[in-house]
Amino acid sequence: MSVRSEILYVDNTRQRKIRNSIFKIAVILLSVITISPIILIISKLIIEGIGQINFDFFTQLAPDTFQAMSAKINGEKIPGGIVNGITGTLFIVILASVMAIPIGIITGIYLYENKNKWYANFIRNITDILQGVPSIVLGIIGYLWIVKNITYGFSALAGSAALAIMMLPLIIRSTEETMKMVPESIKEAGAALGVPYHRIILKVMIPSSFSGLMTGILLAVSRIIGETAPLLLTTLGSPVINFEIDKPTSAVPLLIWNFYNDPNMIDLIWSSSLFLMGFVLILNLISKRIIAHKEKN
Amino acid sequence: MIENNIDIQNPVLSIRNLSIAYDEKKFAVKDVNAEIEHNAITAIMGPSGCGKSTLLRAINRMHELYPSIITKGDILLNGDSIYQMQTIQVRRKIGMVFQRPNPFPTMSIYDNVIAGYKLNGIKLNKNQRDEIVEKSLIDVTLWDEVKDSLFKKGTFLSGGQQQRLCIARTLAFNPDVILLDEPTSALDPIATAKVEELLVDLKKKYTIVLVTHNMSQAARISDYSMFMYLGELIEYGKTNSMFTNPKNPKTEEYLTGKFG
Amino acid sequence: MKSEKITRYVLFAVSFIILLIFAGMVFSLAGGAIPVFKEYGLKFIFSSDWNPTQGREFYGALPFIAGTLLTSFVALLICLPLSFSTSLFIAEYYHKTRVAKFLGTMVDLLAGVPSIVYGLWGFYALRPVIISLGLSDQGFGVFTSAVILAIMIIPYATSLSNEIITMVPNELKEAAYSLGATRFEVIFSVIFPNARSGIVASYILALGRALGETMAVTMLIGNANIIPKGLFSTGNTMASLIANQFGEADGLKLSALIAIGLLLFLITGIVNAIGKYIIRKMS
Repeated sequence: MSVRSEILYVDNTRQRKIRNSIFKIAVILLSVITISPIILIISKLIIEGIGQINFDFFTQLAPDTFQAMSAKINGEKIPGGIVNGITGTLFIVILASVMAIPIGIITGIYLYENKNKWYANFIRNITDILQGVPSIVLGIIGYLWIVKNITYGFSALAGSAALAIMMLPLIIRSTEETMKMVPESIKEAGAALGVPYHRIILKVMIPSSFSGLMTGILLAVSRIIGETAPLLLTTLGSPVINFEIDKPTSAVPLLIWNFYNDPNMIDLIWSSSLFLMGFVLILNLISKRIIAHKEKN
Repeated sequence: MIENNIDIQNPVLSIRNLSIAYDEKKFAVKDVNAEIEHNAITAIMGPSGCGKSTLLRAINRMHELYPSIITKGDILLNGDSIYQMQTIQVRRKIGMVFQRPNPFPTMSIYDNVIAGYKLNGIKLNKNQRDEIVEKSLIDVTLWDEVKDSLFKKGTFLSGGQQQRLCIARTLAFNPDVILLDEPTSALDPIATAKVEELLVDLKKKYTIVLVTHNMSQAARISDYSMFMYLGELIEYGKTNSMFTNPKNPKTEEYLTGKFG
Repeated sequence: MKSEKITRYVLFAVSFIILLIFAGMVFSLAGGAIPVFKEYGLKFIFSSDWNPTQGREFYGALPFIAGTLLTSFVALLICLPLSFSTSLFIAEYYHKTRVAKFLGTMVDLLAGVPSIVYGLWGFYALRPVIISLGLSDQGFGVFTSAVILAIMIIPYATSLSNEIITMVPNELKEAAYSLGATRFEVIFSVIFPNARSGIVASYILALGRALGETMAVTMLIGNANIIPKGLFSTGNTMASLIANQFGEADGLKLSALIAIGLLLFLITGIVNAIGKYIIRKMS
């Protein structure tokens, strides 16, 4: 008889089954713990924030602490809104997009067209590094380049430059990925007709990957819209609506930062956070819709 | 209509009214009854989608890895229902070899052979381990080829060697039955011949059930053959009589290459 | 064709902007950091004294380096079991089921929450819990920050681990099941060894995220310019220090803050590079 049949088979089935079940229960429990913060955060934002969201919220300037305090004493709602923050955020984000989208898309196309060249790989690596740069460091860059040398003071431009650098890697990568999905035959058809290269890019490649590009842009915007740290060092904040690129500008996250530990203002801060979170969620939802719609076709 | 022209002397496995469905409507195996002979090779043939792989997997309850599977009927191993036993023990007594060689890439050849013991948490001393590894690799005629590289990863082996390593991994556990699911479909003819030779040799000690889409392989090495079609067991008999004189016209059509 | 050449040249020139931005960043950070390194040399990195008072001015970055590393590693430790379990839930136990998709969506949502909102929630919802547990008086400190950081990096650790766990070939899992292994044994003997380097990479990349996080930590760590004395001690991180003090800084202090930004840039760069390298080696 061989050793294989002599080995005493110890029946450890029970312990193993128990261990198996305990582990599974632990996995489920820890998974539930993992998703509980997002549920807690969103419900807290809604409970605390929904009350202040009204017409004024979108049309009035942010109040100062004193106005908020007297309202609180009289048991009224905090007067005013965050219109300076909303307009500032939109202004800065649009400026950043204007800078980042063309550069990002063109670089993405370049990387797609030159897949294996060492220089393209080098740019790809740099894009990867840029994506990992902490946003506060980009704030320093915005300060050093724009605040100190171009606008000579805190400015919307400085903040949007920092945010544009944040957007770039996301747009470059998503452009390259979506370009890969454009069928080779479409481009060849264009080239066979003698269409110039730049027209193939503009009239064939970009339109046929439009939804992919949009998704990338929306995700990039949703990533920067709540950014606070770089704005702290660049746009500073402002009590009024500003649409000049060389002036300090407010933004919703900056308002939250300025007033988060002010007990008089806290209701408005919760509302601002709810608004910001909602904005990010909607952007994410739209981009998910685009992806889902595309997968269907 | 099942035509069983067969007289099994020592059944190791008895399949009783076995039906398996992936969902309520779609039956992959329909009411199969069969006995499997001890120390013989039984081949299961049929066109793809006929349920042969599902039937094979049901024998060591691997089909239960699909969560929504429905199983009716029973399979007895030496008289005991495998559905009354722990899956862990069923799989220890009934080993399985797969279509594509699948040695564990993170383990050495040595560890691959005793992977069953390791996975099941069975402690062995060094002598036992060495002996099992050597014995199992000799049984699959792999020992001379790998004895100097036992502690290397098995990934450098050829496909045929990897498949024999997987058979050794099954043998190491000393099972009663070895199930093979198209074990040579990913191998070249020379490696296939070696595995076939090995299986004929192994039937002296083990009961072997083999799913194959290759009729000539079934003819070459099996003692008994089943022909399945659309989930039903159409014909089951001694291989030479079934190949020379099929009872069912469907079997004849299949064996003469009319479909498949 | 002439127009084609022009187009290719334009594409190249625009891609070159990326290189310029990167080179410019390194150049500006290094240039801004020079005064403080000239003044203190390597003492800037290894000294734990941060004193902006005029006359006794001295800047040492050690408390902030220590604070950054400590909060990030504690965050990683907290994140590990949570994110590992979630990955197993989504990619193994309930793979492709509705409940897994729901869980995946929730985890994705975590990535969408702005840092400042995490900070706000930590400040008003988590801090009272820490206080009532008696872990610290004010609820500020390394541990509070690390908990929030852990929640923030969960989606980064999870999404990559999910992909890698799904990539473990089914054949290997089946081989183990056919030998009688339980799911637990399949996870630890087959899935984990085969996915190990990818899982490690995903945690390294998550660590890279944690190191650079600013706002939430700034609102919760207590902003004390000391080396944290323990898990529940207050402290400060490199990013928080910059966020808090950059506004009113000039001269040597500004240079010190830029130098800390440079160090942070280098540390996160190295950590991310290691993670990316492991992933590239895998495929």
